[in-house]
Amino acid sequence: MKENTIAAIATAPGVGGIGIIRVSGEEAFSVVAKIFRPKDASFNLLAPKANIMKYGYIMDGETKIDEVMVSFFRAPHSYTTENVAEINCHGGIVILNRILSKVIEAGARIAEPGEFTKRAFLNGRIDLAQAESIIDLITSKTDLARQIAAKQLDGFLSSKLKEIKTDIYDVLIQIEAGIDYPEHEIEEVTREKLQSVLENAKNSLAQMYASFEQGRIIKEGVRTVILGKPNVGKSSLMNTLLKEERAIVTDIPGTTRDTIEEVVNLRGIPLRIVDTAGIRETTDKIEEIGVNKAKSEIAQADMIIAVFDISRDLTEEDYEIIELIKDKKSIVIVNKVDLEEQWNPKEIFKNQKILNLSAKNKIGLEDLEEEIESLWRNNDFSTGEDVILSNLRHKNLVYNALNEIDSALDALKLDLPVDLISINIKSLLDNLGEITGENVNDEVINGIFSRFCLGK
Amino acid sequence: MDFFIDDYDVAVIGAGHAGCEAALASARLGCKTIIFSINLDAIANMPCNPSIGGTSKGHLVREIDALGGEMGKNTDKTFIQSKMLNTSKGPAVFSLRAQADRRRYQMEMKYTLEQQENLDINQAEISDITISENKVVSVRTARGGVYRVKAVVLATGTYLKGRIILGDVSYDGGPDGMFPATYLSRSLKEAGIELMRFKTGTPARINAKSIHFEEIEEQPGDKEITPFSFENEALEKEQIPCWLTYTNEKTHEIIKANLHRSPLYSGNIKGTGPRYCPSIEDKIVRFADKERHQIFIEPMGENTDEMYVQGMSSSLPEDVQYEVYHSIKGLEDAKIMRPAYAIEYDCINPTQLKLSLEHKTIEGMFFAGQINGSSGYEEAAAQGIIAGINAARKVLGKEPFILDRSEAYIGVLIDDLVTKGTNEPYRMMTSRAEYRLILRQDNADMRLTEKGYQLGLISRERYEKFLKKKANIEKEIERVKNTVLSPTEELNAILREKGATPVETGIHISDLLRRSEIKYDDLEPVDGNRPVLTRAEKEQVEVCMKYEGYIERQMHQIEQFKKLEKKLLPKDIDYNEISGLALEARQKLNKQKPESIGQASRISGVSPADISVLLVWLSMKKGK
Repeated sequence: MKENTIAAIATAPGVGGIGIIRVSGEEAFSVVAKIFRPKDASFNLLAPKANIMKYGYIMDGETKIDEVMVSFFRAPHSYTTENVAEINCHGGIVILNRILSKVIEAGARIAEPGEFTKRAFLNGRIDLAQAESIIDLITSKTDLARQIAAKQLDGFLSSKLKEIKTDIYDVLIQIEAGIDYPEHEIEEVTREKLQSVLENAKNSLAQMYASFEQGRIIKEGVRTVILGKPNVGKSSLMNTLLKEERAIVTDIPGTTRDTIEEVVNLRGIPLRIVDTAGIRETTDKIEEIGVNKAKSEIAQADMIIAVFDISRDLTEEDYEIIELIKDKKSIVIVNKVDLEEQWNPKEIFKNQKILNLSAKNKIGLEDLEEEIESLWRNNDFSTGEDVILSNLRHKNLVYNALNEIDSALDALKLDLPVDLISINIKSLLDNLGEITGENVNDEVINGIFSRFCLGK
Repeated sequence: MDFFIDDYDVAVIGAGHAGCEAALASARLGCKTIIFSINLDAIANMPCNPSIGGTSKGHLVREIDALGGEMGKNTDKTFIQSKMLNTSKGPAVFSLRAQADRRRYQMEMKYTLEQQENLDINQAEISDITISENKVVSVRTARGGVYRVKAVVLATGTYLKGRIILGDVSYDGGPDGMFPATYLSRSLKEAGIELMRFKTGTPARINAKSIHFEEIEEQPGDKEITPFSFENEALEKEQIPCWLTYTNEKTHEIIKANLHRSPLYSGNIKGTGPRYCPSIEDKIVRFADKERHQIFIEPMGENTDEMYVQGMSSSLPEDVQYEVYHSIKGLEDAKIMRPAYAIEYDCINPTQLKLSLEHKTIEGMFFAGQINGSSGYEEAAAQGIIAGINAARKVLGKEPFILDRSEAYIGVLIDDLVTKGTNEPYRMMTSRAEYRLILRQDNADMRLTEKGYQLGLISRERYEKFLKKKANIEKEIERVKNTVLSPTEELNAILREKGATPVETGIHISDLLRRSEIKYDDLEPVDGNRPVLTRAEKEQVEVCMKYEGYIERQMHQIEQFKKLEKKLLPKDIDYNEISGLALEARQKLNKQKPESIGQASRISGVSPADISVLLVWLSMKKGK
């Protein structure tokens, strides 16, 4: 257990308007400085003068991930009495996870259950009465986490990890046996062999790391955004797909002020359907939140269903939508085909498949379901042949393991002695071992004696 | 009839490698000390191979030396061959090993004990330890002599209820033909101490004149001898070679045909043997596909023709042993002088001990060496010096002296034993040390001399010499970090010669040293302001620069580790009353009563969540 800088999503999971990622510890400011670009370029992220809130972007290299407000609390004037930065971002779990990943890559580690409160207490911030409940908190959250972890470990993750680890253990055991028994006839691990084992492991782990995205889709569903100008029939479409009245369906534009999310199982494909406020320039303050949010939802979407009204002329908003969905996996729906046709879809969407629908009269629904199915059919949602890293903690550990492999490969290139490289290899296995809960030293020593005939 | 003999501060039971270090440390710290041995001719005996050191064990010896112990110095006085192992690997695993002249080693150690102020030596078997109100009060010899003592160190090795086994022959006996200690086990049991039964073994000794040396490989020592003790700068010695031969198919056939006569397979041996010290029959069974096994032949000393046959430890019957040995190249006509045998003995479950090696509930009762379930002379001596120091400090009313896992292999050894326990004789290994790069054999003095001096086991003179060495190293590290060498033709010629890339601009010496091809000495011709340093000082500068990144990384890990080690747990905690702890953790914690949060975290069955709960609980307690 390290007392370094920790981070976690501080807001309750679910669909809040705003989500908060809390970072606490000595390095909290320098971690955030690596990924936060404040609008106020003169602002010194490393040494904010007082407790202050700054507007800006969370960056992934040169790409903006989200528009955020970051609050800086200087030690000891914070919840934990350490340096704390709180990133206020858009509330979807996907964006929160994505930002948290960046925070971890920048040098924090995932907080243990109840760790912020624990630190607050250990640093004398919370009194005794409050502390009693912390223990309960830690145990209950840990039990939950344990159950979740146990479930995941049943499956592909642990067997795939085992496969990757076997080769690494083999070389480590051979190295260590050679070190502890220099006069026995133990074949030296060649640098070529070491390199190839490490590179293989790197490839497998990198694949695993990448599968995190797919893992998310399986866990959370295909993030589907229904897009269209106000009153185009988005909510009716959503209700039809959900087969129940959820969103308020009216014909007054702008009724759906915030996004609504629902998960539905459509022919075996989990869809997380997001209904957005209509894309529309508006002066209405409350609605503006909804509209901005819709734009950020588009960025996070796995699939967009764009809805157009055949009974009204196309407007600037429609053209804006056409522009927005250009590079996304999308389905174009021409709604209200039961009404009179005001424009010709074939002229507008020349190279795109168009589905005709009347959500109200349930015409064309079959076609829509078929289209969705064909788009996602190749993703196996039931089993998952590839390993799915759906737990951010696991993803973090795999990321650390990948870093250790890189260090080991660097050390190999520099021709450093093998017992130094074994430090990286051990650390790499320690990280993977944390996923499956094993003690690397014990494994190595057992391995040495079961594989080699040693001793006087 | 019992009779009173004398009062002592500390009594040490057993005069093997643990007992000797314990007695010397205790006496040197000013305590009136007595050491008992069943036979004074068995003091500091090596009933197995005549060698000191090796991987991780060499580290232990150097640590013992840095703390003011005797094993390193005694080896330097009596070795007949010296070798630095693992030199092709990294500096953290370089390991010094010496073949010792067994008898001279014993004589030297015995003489050192005899000359030591405050220390008396007595030939006796201790049969009873009297405990009153959970405190050691006296020891009694089998002859009825009673000594009143304030503390006792039990260092009984393999003597406790020792039983010798050779095939179907078995009898009560200690190691190397000594009598066993027959009574003490009962006294320990009565005191409520949990005993275990372990097993180990040793190969035969054969006569050199019966060996065909021309048929086997010679194994010479190093040309340049590295001393064990930091007090010795250089040693000269005419060295004696060891020899290497191999088992073969015929050997294996003979063993397989006679397996039914091995007590290990017939069930006659009940004790747990070590995996790393398997008997030859064990090796043949477990590694059936291996065509040959190495056999090292080691001389037992200068004035003897007895040779130790490493790799042939066995409990097969004596008649089979002849057949087996004679099947080996070079040993066709070998005359066995002492046969191989297995020995079973009583030891204690070491989780009953504190990190100071004192029993958790019996005050003044310390344990060291094989009685704690370890194996090896060096492991024994390392525990011995710590138990001796702590027995003396107990008598003197001082806090116990504890080395943690980040400070010394000694710390790893003791923490492993008392925290995790062991189910086979425990051998030190470099793989067991988390901070291996920091715990090198070359810097044992840097790590521990200061402590040895504070304890009172290192002389002022040696301490001042050490401070000078330390200052020289630090100064030189500063200098190489701040000195830029110009890209002269002379420098680039050196770099090219060593296979390194030439430089085009000025470069810090420290950056050049980071290159694997470049050694500190290589740069001497172009480094005009270089001070005159000893070989050991240069070595420190080179290692510290070359592996700086990795060293820093481990130092950082150690900082984190220390935080939890410093959070002490009171020993009167009832873990059942701490809500939030898992059931398994409560049971384990109540049984072991760890000394710190850090130690608690290494007990199997105690999870990180349990540790969180303990941290919160601990600070709640402080708040009250």
